[in-house]
Amino acid sequence: MLVNIVRFITLILVQVLLLNHVNFLGYINPYIYPLFILIFPLKGNKGLLIFLSFILGLTIDMFEDSGGVHAAASVFIAWIRPVVLKYSFGVSYKLNTLKISTAPLSKQIIYIIIMVFFHHMMLFSMEIFNVNHILLILKSTLFSGIFSTIIMVISILLFSRKNI
Amino acid sequence: MFALLFFISFVLTINSHTYHKSKVVTSANFLSGGIYSIKSSITDYFDLHQQNMTLTEENNRLRTLLFNSGMMDSEMALDSMVLDSNYTFVTAQVINNSYSKTKNNLTLNRGSNDSLKIDMGVISPQGVVGIVVSLTKNYASVQSILNSNSQVVAKFKKSNHFGTLVWDGKQPNIVQLIEIPRLASVVLGDTIVTDGKSTIFPPGIMIGKVHNFDREEGDDYYDINIELFTDMTSVKHVYLVSQRDAPEIKELEKTVEDVEQ
Repeated sequence: MLVNIVRFITLILVQVLLLNHVNFLGYINPYIYPLFILIFPLKGNKGLLIFLSFILGLTIDMFEDSGGVHAAASVFIAWIRPVVLKYSFGVSYKLNTLKISTAPLSKQIIYIIIMVFFHHMMLFSMEIFNVNHILLILKSTLFSGIFSTIIMVISILLFSRKNI
Repeated sequence: MFALLFFISFVLTINSHTYHKSKVVTSANFLSGGIYSIKSSITDYFDLHQQNMTLTEENNRLRTLLFNSGMMDSEMALDSMVLDSNYTFVTAQVINNSYSKTKNNLTLNRGSNDSLKIDMGVISPQGVVGIVVSLTKNYASVQSILNSNSQVVAKFKKSNHFGTLVWDGKQPNIVQLIEIPRLASVVLGDTIVTDGKSTIFPPGIMIGKVHNFDREEGDDYYDINIELFTDMTSVKHVYLVSQRDAPEIKELEKTVEDVEQ
């Protein structure tokens, strides 16, 4: 519980104070805060996760002045998380035997890539909100996505605890 | 649960895409404003040298103007200037800035306690920055000109032909000037300044210069790319402009509009 609260606050601070100012090549910013949703305890309450994701996204939106785009993207990936978990780790994740940090690295990476892709796709579609700029949406999703995935994998490897 | 929260976020998003609806969630509040203040009190030191250079250059330009205008000679002139000033300025510091999205905003360390109001124009030492869109007691949120909702009236310094300044979301130093009629003469490097018509900015504030322009055959308007004078990626010290007569002008314009409807 305490771990989750600390993680929630730390991820927000790292995101708004550090990563939002990277602006690699002018417009590429990595997003690390979805990591909270990704490694939320597997047996945790699903409704609670969706609600926390909303608060998480809304806080980022508040700092970025972006309306509700991060909230929408976060709520969306919290909602599809069980499906993605099933796809990447097999049905066994429901049996409480699985821990994300002890699963094979390749499966972890596939899980992160899928979640990041959906999150960024949702995020940039909502933010740009213009069918004419579909190329810009895809480009941002791809480049930011690669960046975010790398950062998330690194932080999982660095900070992974056996009880996640 | 998901549907409800998703719907709320969606409404907030739509809200942020429509200009001038007061935003529900902004960075101008106690929490994010406070955190950004702390952050900016640390990071301000990193580009101190560059900021000092910019401000010194502006001082230099204003001093040249002042001494050459002869205002320094008589105290009378100074007095009447103070009494007669239609435009007043407030200084502020940018504590958060973005320029890589399609809708960019800045957060300032001044708010309604410092007599800021919604719709005040924000300018930097080099030119136009944006417009105040929401306020709290100590912080203000500014819609940058690098925001696809932003619309600023601008004109040519030499000819008074005016158009609207918008941004296509691509490069943070290039904005677009549209609705300039065919009969205006456009030359590369022409200076673009604000027009006094909108009550937000005083006339003659620098914006940028013509980068390139294009007009399709049979089209009545030019598409002009403007290179901004202000480096939006490193703006730090800004001024907020308010016009004493603005409420009166707005009221008058509103009565005329009401009559016409």
